[in-house]
Amino acid sequence: MTIPVRREQPLPDRSAGLAHHFDDLEQQHAAGSLGMWLFLVTEILFFGGLFAAYAIYRWQYPAAFAVASHEADLVMGTINTIVLIGSSLTMALAVHYAQLGNRKAVVAFLILTMVLGVAFLGIKGAEYHHKYLDNHFPGPDFVFPGPYAQQAELFFIFYFIMTGLHALHMVIGIGLLSTVAVLAWRGCYSSEHFAPVELAGLYWHFVDVVWIFLFPLLYLIDRHK
Amino acid sequence: MSEHIVQKKTYFAIFLTLMVLTVTTVWVATIDLGPFNIVAALVIAACKATLVLLIFMHVRYSPRIIALCIFAGILWLALLIGLTLTDYLSRSWIASPPGL
Repeated sequence: MTIPVRREQPLPDRSAGLAHHFDDLEQQHAAGSLGMWLFLVTEILFFGGLFAAYAIYRWQYPAAFAVASHEADLVMGTINTIVLIGSSLTMALAVHYAQLGNRKAVVAFLILTMVLGVAFLGIKGAEYHHKYLDNHFPGPDFVFPGPYAQQAELFFIFYFIMTGLHALHMVIGIGLLSTVAVLAWRGCYSSEHFAPVELAGLYWHFVDVVWIFLFPLLYLIDRHK
Repeated sequence: MSEHIVQKKTYFAIFLTLMVLTVTTVWVATIDLGPFNIVAALVIAACKATLVLLIFMHVRYSPRIIALCIFAGILWLALLIGLTLTDYLSRSWIASPPGL
């Protein structure tokens, strides 16, 4: 019995950026984005625990949460929402130019995205500073006039932990984008190989999505009262 | 790469829609809708998140398995929040027996 000899396959074109365990860049790209999405799903649940805790306490102390939420700076919060969604637009454009292989436009839009991200963190920092001066930072110095001092402190614990964790993600996102921007500037990506730009973009957009939910839950409770 | 390239004007249109929805959610919060204020806020936020996911994050142009992943994530989030709330929301329904 003769064993059929398998015809030698022609070696695939090992283009730049292709890891040895993938057949081609398309397969590598699909695996990369699936992996990134699986990570983002764990992030949904990471923030989800806080959203669940928030839901319980908001349900238990609706009046106190409404009063405390009025202390959140609506103007700064709205400006920050616009800044962050704007940064998602510039991020989407950076990926767009990466697909077209326009190196300079990719770097320019990545820098613009980071500038908007830093602006968001600056406004957030100013808000934190105001809260600190108003003695609304949870702890022994917390002061909240009216009958809801304790429950309002609970609201501000949620406010600081949720926005703080979100801000931490922004800092990580800016770190990712700066790395990708340097590599893009050095010409490491092409219209064939740009997965790192797209995956960093997925992370950035995810952080935007978290804020889209945080904004109404923290800043907009019963504003009509 | 055979990746779908979205037109730039689509991104701008989505951005404008997100801006309109942001203004809408702030405006709706100033109207007294009773318990439906939170419903309106969450529905608008869900619409905004869906637009970001589908267009900015390219889910609309990605393999179906990506959508399945996201669906699984949302399902588990719904279980986490839903089952937790069934406990807390129903605790007051049954009075504690005397002596406890």
